[in-house]
Amino acid sequence: MMVLNMLPSVLMIVAPILITAIGGMISEKSGVVNIALEGLMMIGAMTAAAAHVLMEGSGMNHTLSLVLALALGLGVGGIFSLIHAVAAINLNADQTISGTGINLLANGVTIFASQILFNADRTKEFRMGMQTDALGFYPTAYLALIVVLISWFVLYKLPFGMHLRACGEHPGAAESVGINVKRIRYIAVLASGMLAGLAGGCVVLTQTIQYTSNTINGRGFIALAAVSFGRWRPVGVAGAALLFGTAQAFAIIANNIPALRILPTEVFNILPYVVTLVALVVFSGKNYAPASVGKPYEKGAS
Amino acid sequence: MKKKTPFLQSDGAVSVLVVLLGFLVGTILVALVGKNPLNMYKAILQALSGYNIDNGRMNVRYIGETLNYSVPFILCGLSMGFANRVGLFNIGGEGQYIMGMTVAQIIALLGPQIPVLHWLLALLGAMVIGAIWGGVVGILKAKYEVSEVVSTIMLNYVALYLSRIICLQLPGATTYKTANYPETALIGNEFFQRITKNSLLNNGIFFMILAVLAFWFIMEKTSLGYGMRATGFNKDAARASGIPVVKSISISMAISGVFAGLAGGIIALGSFKYGRVIAGMDNYGFDGIAVALVGNSTAFGTTIAGLLFGLLKNAQALMQAKQIPKEITFIIQGLIVIFIALRSALKLYQEYVDKRRLQKEVGL
Repeated sequence: MMVLNMLPSVLMIVAPILITAIGGMISEKSGVVNIALEGLMMIGAMTAAAAHVLMEGSGMNHTLSLVLALALGLGVGGIFSLIHAVAAINLNADQTISGTGINLLANGVTIFASQILFNADRTKEFRMGMQTDALGFYPTAYLALIVVLISWFVLYKLPFGMHLRACGEHPGAAESVGINVKRIRYIAVLASGMLAGLAGGCVVLTQTIQYTSNTINGRGFIALAAVSFGRWRPVGVAGAALLFGTAQAFAIIANNIPALRILPTEVFNILPYVVTLVALVVFSGKNYAPASVGKPYEKGAS
Repeated sequence: MKKKTPFLQSDGAVSVLVVLLGFLVGTILVALVGKNPLNMYKAILQALSGYNIDNGRMNVRYIGETLNYSVPFILCGLSMGFANRVGLFNIGGEGQYIMGMTVAQIIALLGPQIPVLHWLLALLGAMVIGAIWGGVVGILKAKYEVSEVVSTIMLNYVALYLSRIICLQLPGATTYKTANYPETALIGNEFFQRITKNSLLNNGIFFMILAVLAFWFIMEKTSLGYGMRATGFNKDAARASGIPVVKSISISMAISGVFAGLAGGIIALGSFKYGRVIAGMDNYGFDGIAVALVGNSTAFGTTIAGLLFGLLKNAQALMQAKQIPKEITFIIQGLIVIFIALRSALKLYQEYVDKRRLQKEVGL
């Protein structure tokens, strides 16, 4: 019974991590590592929070304001991911470096924008975020489910998905049968940016009342961990995100459960990272990762 | 046929170029949001020289603070740079830094209160835990083929929460700080304080200088460094020529961790008089990535880049006072790293130029 009572808050925390992780998985499946997920979530969260405050203040319909705020988070996340796409796909840049650059940039850009818009190092508080439904779930839980189902369907049931996976396994072979590797990788990176931006919006509109530099606090990196722990498959990634999100939720609610009070709450915070590390060691040697992930693809080069 | 290296492809020139580009875009951004970019440069000038151009006053404290801020940037830059030379991407500087800070705090609060020995011991502890935290990554990479990028990211957060668990148990711990350190644990330097009007500049800078020298010596002058660099250039060739690649990778990650751990120790004992129970990252480790990239992972380059980052950090408060959001410095740093990623474009451009020249020569 207690577990059932916890389910809504667990799903509230799982949903954005899952949405981001699916995006990261799509990008890696196409052969581009995106460690900028954290930064892209920050950008999406800041955008959504700022947009919602401003629209709410102008007296716009509450639901419309939320939907538009999420859409803007998604859009701006997508725009910033284009930096990574150009660097990784067109310019054969080191994907870790450009991802790190975007993370650093997001740190500055989000608070800089808050300073300009609200004269403070955080966005103004909005009056009302998303509301739960009759079952106590936030809409983001359903959104995450839809994202997982669509990604599974597209990646494994449509020719496009097969092409995308081929680009991550053997881009040379994919190109030789007429697949446009660069175009597909662009779409994949853009998708990861948009999903991370959307997820950032979900975090801010369900779990807090404003954007601060601490809002995302490692969720993007947890999503990145969920991609490897979930072995680059939608079901696996969903399971990993569920596990990690539950651990995060425990860190927040453990104080209300007497039996768990003996453990420091930080134990639950650490869990996702330790579990991923152990899994990576245990599964080492068996390579589940897409074979060409992280390697630039040059047309015509062997 | 002789082919000279184009000026734009020399590492130093590229670094200068990306830094200038970063500042250029940052300046444009400041202007776009309706602020006066000149104020940004006034703040930077004051942080660099202590000279306030608006009222003509001089305050040497700013120079001391800039130097002091540079210490962790340079050390974390060395940490990233050392690994980078072996072909590894150490995003784990932050975790190594946090562990160094944590152990220094433990020893500062619980260690023997003997002058000099006390803080020496604390800094030594910081370096040892840094070596362990980094060395684990090396072993995971060398033995189990776990990507160092993934494992270091995981270990950063393990370090953050582990540090909280540990520091909450220290004497006098509240949710954000511990009791004050005993005097013997502090690394303040009275001489520096006197000549820089009480800036926080402390004995840590001597360790930083030693670290820069050690980096240069190990990397350029020892056979250990030779093996590491060879591993970085081409792992397979290094292995084939008898260089123990597994050992190279593990040791280099451990040494890399020593630098970041030391940075954590110096911040813990030099910038604070009490232990901190941190809720978030200090970000020196992440910024160290940018420092090393700008400095091309050499001892000298990293020092210069670290001084630049220290200068920017010190200028932040001055900017804020002049209505320039201080986050512009983070934006400039992020842009610099992105431009470094884009430097591969220069290579593509060069290839294109070469191709065109060849085509002309054969008359196409």
